[in-house]
Amino acid sequence: MYRLRLWSVRHSRGLERLYKWVEGTMVALDPLFSRLGYDRVERPIAFVERNVKGLLFDCEMCGQCVLSSTGMSCPMNCPKQLRNGPCGGVRPGGFCEVRPWMRCVWVDAWSGAQTMRNGAWIEEVLPPVDRSLKGSSSWLRVAREKAAARRAAPVRSRARAIVARAFSGARRNEPASAPLAEEPTSAVNQEAQR
Amino acid sequence: MSGSSEFTHPFQAYEAPPLGHSSGSRLERVLRQGRFAVTAELNPPDSANAEDVFEAARPLAEVVDAINATDASGANCHMSSIGICSLLTRAGYGTIYQISCRDRNRIAIQGDVLGAAAMGVKNVLCLTGDGVGVGDQPGAKPVFDLDSISLLRALKTMRDEGAFLSGRKISSPPHLFLGAAENPCVPPLEWRPERLRKKIEAGAEYIQTNYIFDMPVFEAFMARVRDLGLDKKVFILAGVGPLASARAARWMRSNVPGIHIPEHVIERLEKAEKPGEEGKRLAIELIQQIREIKGVAGVHVMAYRREHQVSDIILESGVLKGRRPEGSRRARTTPGARSGREAGDEVSSASMETQPSDEGVR
Ligand code: SF4
Repeated sequence: MYRLRLWSVRHSRGLERLYKWVEGTMVALDPLFSRLGYDRVERPIAFVERNVKGLLFDCEMCGQCVLSSTGMSCPMNCPKQLRNGPCGGVRPGGFCEVRPWMRCVWVDAWSGAQTMRNGAWIEEVLPPVDRSLKGSSSWLRVAREKAAARRAAPVRSRARAIVARAFSGARRNEPASAPLAEEPTSAVNQEAQR
Repeated sequence: MSGSSEFTHPFQAYEAPPLGHSSGSRLERVLRQGRFAVTAELNPPDSANAEDVFEAARPLAEVVDAINATDASGANCHMSSIGICSLLTRAGYGTIYQISCRDRNRIAIQGDVLGAAAMGVKNVLCLTGDGVGVGDQPGAKPVFDLDSISLLRALKTMRDEGAFLSGRKISSPPHLFLGAAENPCVPPLEWRPERLRKKIEAGAEYIQTNYIFDMPVFEAFMARVRDLGLDKKVFILAGVGPLASARAARWMRSNVPGIHIPEHVIERLEKAEKPGEEGKRLAIELIQQIREIKGVAGVHVMAYRREHQVSDIILESGVLKGRRPEGSRRARTTPGARSGREAGDEVSSASMETQPSDEGVR
């Protein structure tokens, strides 16, 4: 919801903390998820994530959440889906070039970042979205990433390795933006792969 | 197409750039030597005739170090940037290949960049692109698979790591001078310098800005840029252009995304007897003021439908200081065989034959 989304940006600091807590919980639950199988928990967790984040951020479930690096203003709501800052077309007063009735997602992002603990993360260059992950849970992806890093799991995908290297700063802050761990089948959007 | 000598340029082996250079382009050389660089935008023809491209390029080449070929700017369809750059580069002109993220995904862009590099293109300009809604085909599907900043990093990876974003190796990586745009006079003004820093982080080596009509705003931007030390890390070319009339200026302001024209500029055009001449004078004055700002490395002239004024504006502003620009010099045909200067003279006398007419090339 547009109004709630603006509220979220205004309360970016509190939501940053809440978000970190949710992510931390997911990471802590990795042993449980591993036992149940990430493939099986994908759908129910994604369902919860979609509804919570949909309400608060107009989340589009890109599967590679970077809210902590974008002032809690979801970049998927930018009509150009920019991940690294505003375009050159922002209108006077900070309104969007493409949808003039809407505030520019990135003007809000930058002001939201000012109050956040890790507000400087907005300066990190983020990689392009992996469109094949659309619809999947970003929370679970972070859990898998952190667990895989702990286990020092081997990296099988050349494509993922180069993106993680080329955007290493982004990966440090937002592991789901440049993931390396293997994906369960249910987390890969079959539609996008065709 | 027969009769045009511009196709006779032979293919060369893909040469490594000189030490300390990314591409070995002439624009890069001018900038690294600390000379005040001049670039200009070529208005792409709505035609399949190569001669139209050369005709538009000749008057520009006399006064600039490199010619920008726009990539469907304003989401309007014209001859492609890669096509124009290929023609011009092969004919010995310095070009800047503009790449917009609006129309092509990462597969197309990376492939095109290799193709362009193979045709001799060395300068690229990474852009996000205007929304499709403002263009001549608003029903088109907007792509925006990458953004200008991830595009910069992707091309940097291709160049420096010799790999596609898929991790696949590139046997002969492209030598590119990476550029990006900045729009210092539109919101969020306070974050524009930080965004510039991000572009440099991503790989930008030079910047061409959008139109500057508001000097105080631009000066504030540059002051912040200097505070952040960014002028030491990137070459900034400030964008300037002639306005045709007060009406045209108003139209641009409300219809072209990202253009800020202060009211006093429009008033000045309104009062002028010959608004076209006044617009030209204004552009010249802006260039002269911009040249004095610390940290500015050059100017970029954009003259939509007023290309006939470009050469006057640049010459009258005096920015070239009598220097012969690099735009039309022919690159060496074989390394060491002839000096660039001799070869350059040859082309430039040929291109002297066509002088810009009052009507311009349109
Ligand atoms: S104005 Fe802001 S929200 Fe609109 S397209 Fe540009 S960056 Fe995206």
